[in-house]
Order: sequence, then C-alpha cells, then structure tokens
Amino acid sequence: MSTVVELPVDLFKGPIEPDWCPGCGDYGVLKSVQQAAAICGVQPKDLLIVSGIGCSSNLPGFMHAYGIHSLHGRSVPVATGAHLANTDLKVVMTGGDGDGYGIGVGHFIHAMRRNLNLTYVVMDNQIYGLTTGQCSPTTTVGHRTKSTPEGNMERPINPLALAIVAGATYVARGFSGEQKHLADIIAGGIAHKGFALIDVFSPCVTYNKVNTYPWFKERVYKLEETDWNPSDAGRSLQKAFEWGDKIPLGVLYKSDQLTYEDSEPAFEQGPLVKQKLGLESKLFAELIEEMV
Amino acid sequence: MQEVTIGIGGSAGDGLDKSGDTLARTAGRLGLQVYAYNCYQSIIRGGHIFLKIRIGDEKVRSHGNHLNALIALNQDTIERHAGEVEDGGVILLNGDRLKCNQARIRAGVNILPLPMSHVTASVVEQFGPIQPIMQNTVLVGALMYLAQIDFEQASGVLTDTFKHKGQKVVDLNVGLLKAGWDFASSHSKPVGASWKYSRVRRPFVTGNEAIALGAAAAGCKFYCAYPMTPATSILHWMSSHAKRLGICVKQAEDELAVINMAIGAGLAGVRAMCATAGGGFALMTEAIGMAGMMEAPVVCVEVQRGGPSTGLPTKTEQADLFQLLGASQGEYPRMIVAPSDVTDAFWTTVEAFNMAERYQMPVMIMSDLLLSEHPETVDADALTHDVTIDRGQMITSWNPDAGKYKRYAMTPSGISPRACPGCAETLYVAGSDEHDEESILVSDMYTSPATRRKMMEKRMRKMDQLLKDLPAPSLVGPADAEVTLVTWGSTGGAVAEAAKMLSNEGIKTSYLQIKYIVPFHSKEISAILNRPTMKITVEVNYTSQLSKYVRMETSISMDGHINKYDGEPLEPAYIVSHVKDILAGRKPDLTVTEAEAKEIADHYLRTHFANKLCPTKAVCQPSKKYNEPVWTIELTHRLSGEPGGEMIVGAHTASTYSFKKVEEESSKPAPQLTRQ
Repeated sequence: MSTVVELPVDLFKGPIEPDWCPGCGDYGVLKSVQQAAAICGVQPKDLLIVSGIGCSSNLPGFMHAYGIHSLHGRSVPVATGAHLANTDLKVVMTGGDGDGYGIGVGHFIHAMRRNLNLTYVVMDNQIYGLTTGQCSPTTTVGHRTKSTPEGNMERPINPLALAIVAGATYVARGFSGEQKHLADIIAGGIAHKGFALIDVFSPCVTYNKVNTYPWFKERVYKLEETDWNPSDAGRSLQKAFEWGDKIPLGVLYKSDQLTYEDSEPAFEQGPLVKQKLGLESKLFAELIEEMV
Repeated sequence: MQEVTIGIGGSAGDGLDKSGDTLARTAGRLGLQVYAYNCYQSIIRGGHIFLKIRIGDEKVRSHGNHLNALIALNQDTIERHAGEVEDGGVILLNGDRLKCNQARIRAGVNILPLPMSHVTASVVEQFGPIQPIMQNTVLVGALMYLAQIDFEQASGVLTDTFKHKGQKVVDLNVGLLKAGWDFASSHSKPVGASWKYSRVRRPFVTGNEAIALGAAAAGCKFYCAYPMTPATSILHWMSSHAKRLGICVKQAEDELAVINMAIGAGLAGVRAMCATAGGGFALMTEAIGMAGMMEAPVVCVEVQRGGPSTGLPTKTEQADLFQLLGASQGEYPRMIVAPSDVTDAFWTTVEAFNMAERYQMPVMIMSDLLLSEHPETVDADALTHDVTIDRGQMITSWNPDAGKYKRYAMTPSGISPRACPGCAETLYVAGSDEHDEESILVSDMYTSPATRRKMMEKRMRKMDQLLKDLPAPSLVGPADAEVTLVTWGSTGGAVAEAAKMLSNEGIKTSYLQIKYIVPFHSKEISAILNRPTMKITVEVNYTSQLSKYVRMETSISMDGHINKYDGEPLEPAYIVSHVKDILAGRKPDLTVTEAEAKEIADHYLRTHFANKLCPTKAVCQPSKKYNEPVWTIELTHRLSGEPGGEMIVGAHTASTYSFKKVEEESSKPAPQLTRQ
C-alpha cells in the first residue's frame, strides 16, 4: 500500500454553491464527502461521483471531481459501468433513499451481491423532498405525508440489514449532524476494498417534521464509543434492528472478502480503459476458423 | 445456379442442430454457399423444430421456397413437411420407427426408409450399442450421398467436432456417416447433379456471431446483457471468448442495469455495447435518452422478435421500428441502423462503434430474429481484423493556459472534444438535466432559455454531419423497372431473390434496401422513389411501419404493402405472388386457407386430445349458422386411420366453432381421454 497523503478539503469544493434548502442535512454530507476524499488522498481527477435524481443527487455538481448526474434510481449501474471501465478511479455514489431504496433497489441489492469496490452514500431523509413530500421506502409507519394523509401503512426498509444480507462488506450509518464522524466513516468506506454502504440520517427540514435534527440527536450514539466489534455478520444484523430510543451510528459491519474485480479475468492486463483496442490478425483468424 | 434445400425436423433435444451443422460446415468447407433457418419454439425438450438448409454454388440470400430433401426424426415432421418435398426429392427416415404414408407426398418424391438396426449393424458390432441420437448421423450420411456432397469433407467435419472426445468417438461417428452413405448409394439415386467445388473454405456465421465478432474487432471492452431471446447468443459468444479477448462481460440484473452500465462504461472511456430484444429495449429507453443528453457513446443492439409483450420469443418480426424511433422522452441525436445480412452485421457493428464515439451518441443496431439467429456462409475475406477504429475527438491532456475545458463546448459541428475521468484539468459532471457548456445545470436553480436553445441546436447539429458520413442507399435492379420493392433488415435477402424471380418472369423489378433509419437520406430516397414505378414495401409486420416512416420523411406513399406477421420469415415466392396480386389489383386475401384450416384443427387436436387425431380432408362452404363460410374438417384416428370426428372452423375468423369426436371401433368402450 502506498502512503496516503491527505489533501486540503477546499480542493474538492465545486464551482457552484449548493441549492438545497437552508438547514438541509445534505450540506453536512457534502462537506463530509469532501473531507473523506481529502482524508483518502484521492486526486479530484481520479474521483468520480455518481448520483441519480433527487435533492441529494445534485451533490456531484457541488464537488470538484468528475461526476455523472444520471437518472432516477440508476446511479448504481452507471457507477458500476464506469468503475469496471476504469478501476483506477475511486467511484462514490451519492443519492437519496427514494433513489436508492425505492426505484433503484434492484440495482442496490445486486451491486452489493457482487461486492464491487464501490462506496455508496445514501442521504436518507425518510421522505421524497424534490417532489414536495411524499412517503419514501424508509418513512416510518403512521407518518403522515402528502401521499399518506392517514399515515403511512407500509413498514420501512431497513437498509443496513438489507445490505448485510445482500453481501455488502462495509455497512455503516452516519448522521449529518455528526459531520466529522460521518467524514471518517465515508473515508473508511472509500478505503475499504469491497462494497461500502453508508446510510446517512440527513434531515429534510422542509418536508419531514418527524425525523428532525433534535429527534435524531436525542437518540443516536456512536458504536466507536462502545466496545462494538463489526466483524460478525450475525451480530451486526441484529444490531441493524436497533431502533427507537437508541439508534447506533458508525460501522456496523466490516469484512474483507474477495471483490468482483479480484476475479474478473479482463482486469489482468490493467484497467479496461488503458488496454489496446482491436484484435490481432492471428487471433481473428482463430475466431473465424471456429466457424468454418 | 445449382442448389439444393434440405429440411431436418424433430423435437427439441433430438440433436438436429448438430446434424445441420455437420451438413452446413461441410458445404462451407467445400466452398459452397449455405443459408439456414431454424424454426423453433420456446421449449427445451419436445415441441417441433424444423431446420432448413439451402446450399448453392452461388450466394443464396434466403432459405428459399423449395424442399428437395427431408430428414424426418419423428412422425410429426412427416405429417407437417412431407408434402413440401418437391418432385424428384427424397424423404429420409428411420424405417424401424417411422413410416411415411404415400398419400402425404407429391408425385415424383421418393421415400427412403433406413432400416436403422440393419444399417448400423456393423458399426454396433465394432463399437457397441449406439444412442438413438446417433441415428441422425446415419441419416446425414445418406443425405450427403443423395445431395452429392463430398464424403471426405463431411468426415473431416465430424472429426473436428468429436476429436476432443477421442479417436474412438470420431471413428464411431464417421462409421455411422459411412453406413448411411453406403445404404443410400445402393438403394437410391442422387437428387441433384454433382457439384463443382471451389474448396474456398467459408465460415458459417450467424448474425449475432457477426455482431459479437464485429464488436471485438472494433475494440469493444465492455459488454453487458440480460438474457433474452433472440439476443442471447451474443452474450454467449462474448462470455465464451471474453478471457481470450480481454473483454469484461457482465450479466446484469435487468435491462435497466444493462444500458446504464454500458453508458457508465462509455462515459469512463471504453467502447461498450449491450444487446436485447424488444421487451428489454422497452426498459432501456429512458437511459438511451440520457446517453443522448450526456453525449455518451454506447452501442445498443435491438434484436426484434414477435410482439407485442412476450409475444413470440423464438419467432421473427420487424415491428419495433416505431419503438426505436420513439425511444425515450424528448429529442436527442442518435443513430439507428438496420443491417441486412451477416457480413453487413459485422461491418455495421464496427461502424456503430466509430459513429458512437465520433458523434458521442447512442447508436442502435436493429436486427431481427432471422438475421441474428440464422447462419449463412460468408466469404472468408469479407470479415477482417483490420478495421478502422476512429474514436473521434478525444482529449487525454489539457493545458489550462489554453482556457477552461468545457465538456459541452458550443462548436460549429456540434461535436465537443471529449475528456474522460482520470484526465487532469478537464473535470466536469455529465448531467441528465439540461446544462450549459461547462455542464452546469440550467434546470434547477439556474435557468436560461437561450442556453437551452443553443445547447439543443448544438446537439442536434451533429446529425447533419453524421448523415453526410453515411452512404445513401441505391436502387438495385433494372432502371426501367415496373415494380420497386422497398425493404429493410433481413427481409432484404428474400426481396433480392424475389426481384430476380419477378424480372425473370417478365415483371421488371428493382429493390431498395434502407439501412440507415436515423439519420435518414430523405433527399436521395425521394429521388429514387420519385419514379413512375409500382412501389411496394415488404416487411415482417402488420402495420407497414417502414412504409409509414418513408412517407413521413419523403411525403411519398407506397402503392402497395406486403406484410407477414405469423412469426415465420418471408420467402421469395410469397413476395412474388403478392406482387402479382397487387399488380392485378387483387386485395390481400385473409381467408383461412385449406392448409391453415388443417393447421388450426391440428393445433386444437394437439392441445386437447394429445395428438391422437389428425385432420385429413377440409371443405369450405357458406354457413348461415355461423354467419361466415366455414371449413368442415374431417378427422381420423392417427394410428388406426378410422374416422375420428369432425371440426368446424370459421373461414374468416378462424374460430373453432365445433368439434365432434367419433370413437374408434377397435377401442370401444373408449377410455376417458385426459387432457395433457
């Protein structure tokens, strides 16, 4: 491993200012992503931030890095393609709970199953913000939203439990109100070899009047301040269900396992993007001969 | 031209594809030309599979109209196809198991039943008992003699096929081939003259193999797909060659993932391709528009099959033209191209990669089941590794003294030099929202109608240059033609042959194959079609989509349409007879024919009565009761030949109005027939 040289955070500051509502949790997440990139010493040219659609998916535009601001729910496959094309890049996906756990949940599960070397930061505000306040896959039961005026009848997805079961090898939770802590766990995810999910409580100050900063502040505690050992998937899964008066933050689960990239023969000659194009005449002749 | 057409019929799992392969490869190695079409169903075992192989000493462009020889691997094949064999032809079957009723065949057709246990006795003595599937090789051996195809070459093909299993297996198979050959030579006369072989070895290639090979030659490094017939064999070829070719092949969770992965890979700087059928493409459309907006290069192959919905998974159709034209919301630059044959599929794929990168846009290759799955011989030097790889305006370094890099710079051509992630000083965010030159969104906080207008024009401007880069189509055939056939995709093969047949009959016919759908050579095509000929589109769909599209782009209306939508490809004779109908002012007759009435009855009997009855005679009469003419179809018991009942089928609607069953004398009291 080469030595990591930490970079100045300002290096990652983007050309335009965020357009989120004042007080939005996503400001803290943006700062943490920039700090994490700095901690990991990733040059902006080698950092690719891929998002879907939603308030939080605007994040790549506020970074100094490469970015792809893709379609609603499709950040994961777009990032997968870009990453497989150039494994020299550090690819970080950013988006919201609707984007990742709703319309994009199929891709989310399969990317974790593949244990791709990707980092996924989900700004989870338990609401659809950009479409002005409908329930999301993580909205709690009974929560009244514009689309559930009598209260939400569906149980929320548990993203951390889902991630552990689906095969992610770095599963963590952060809180926008604990910005330094969040930066550290995102940096841990970027440095981790394998799929890292970081679910972040990122309150929507406009449309979610239930899960607010004070609501979280009263409940969250940091696993790092306990004797938590994140290496046992069974115990971590149990921990993922801890919800109520006490909600854990930090790395719930971490395990070093073979990644997709470790087994892909096409990468033996280096990243695809650096390989020579086309076929040699001898190889081509062999391919033709197979069909004669 | 000397030619022979052979049919091989059986069930899925009977191994007839291997037999066909032996036959076709042998012909290809001798320098003959082959075109094959496999008619199959979405089933792994059972069902009816019919492989047609047409061999000629000149290029054959369709599976033709004839059947000179039939290898029947089961009774069903005899019933369905024995009547198609032409005068002078032959029907080969395992005489120990099957029989062919003389009443089923045309005059001048020979039946050659091979007493299999007797024919293979010496082989069994030497190698031990043989598996039933190996009888195919005996039948192929007999056919090789009848079609006068070189035995040594055929045994060479079998040797190559089985050498990995050891010499004993090779000897066994060659022995069986010889046994069939010897039996035929002592019991029958050849059905055709002997051939003059050029012995130029010709590969036998499917459209999908050509597309995959073309992609590899063009430098495709990332291929992803979700399995879907008839595109799946591209995935199979890619996967089985991935390691040798250094291509990353990814089976994704669905087509949404497929197209988005391919676009992600394209944005990151590799040549990426994906393929699917119409249903999968429907899921991809939003992302295709994203590629247009982000100016991302991607090649997407859409192999059409019978639709709508799940439709006919293993049958051909050309009914997705409007799906591709209408793919995605909004307007964006793209290229849609429909190759016509296997060689064209290879070169079209190479071109698709170059255009996708030069113009930074999605390129859609429209194939169809017939083109993608049928194999044909191609000239060995028609495919080469030596293809042009043109990546367009790519930037790998940037000097900031020259100013700020602008990913979507407003240039006269509309093409903005492209940098990929990893390059210093050229950072940007590719956005699916509308954006300015620096890729800052003009959709959220900032708004700028002027920027939107000019950005839209910049993107669409690329289409002008692209059109100039693509060759315009030309008319093939006599200049003073009376009829001009207009077609696209794999139908071109049958159309070319039909035009020749018509011209030979004195109806001078030319044809126009339209390959580039978008952009469209409106000016050139208008000039071609603005002649006083009878203009007829020929396409495998119901609504004449190409005809409508040509009218939209040129204001020229066709004088007639030839359509087919039963799942089977067009045959030249079908086109010829329909052209004559149109010339004579006859409207298409959609009445159920006698053959169709019997087929409908047969289908009913198969699905309800386990194939125990079969239709024999059919008579069409007016009917007051049913308010339409009806076919009264006489049924007999398949095995005993005793009367089995009667069915009534509407001649216009094809409704199965009534079914009356008569029990066999021999089997009364009849056991309760169970529905299977």
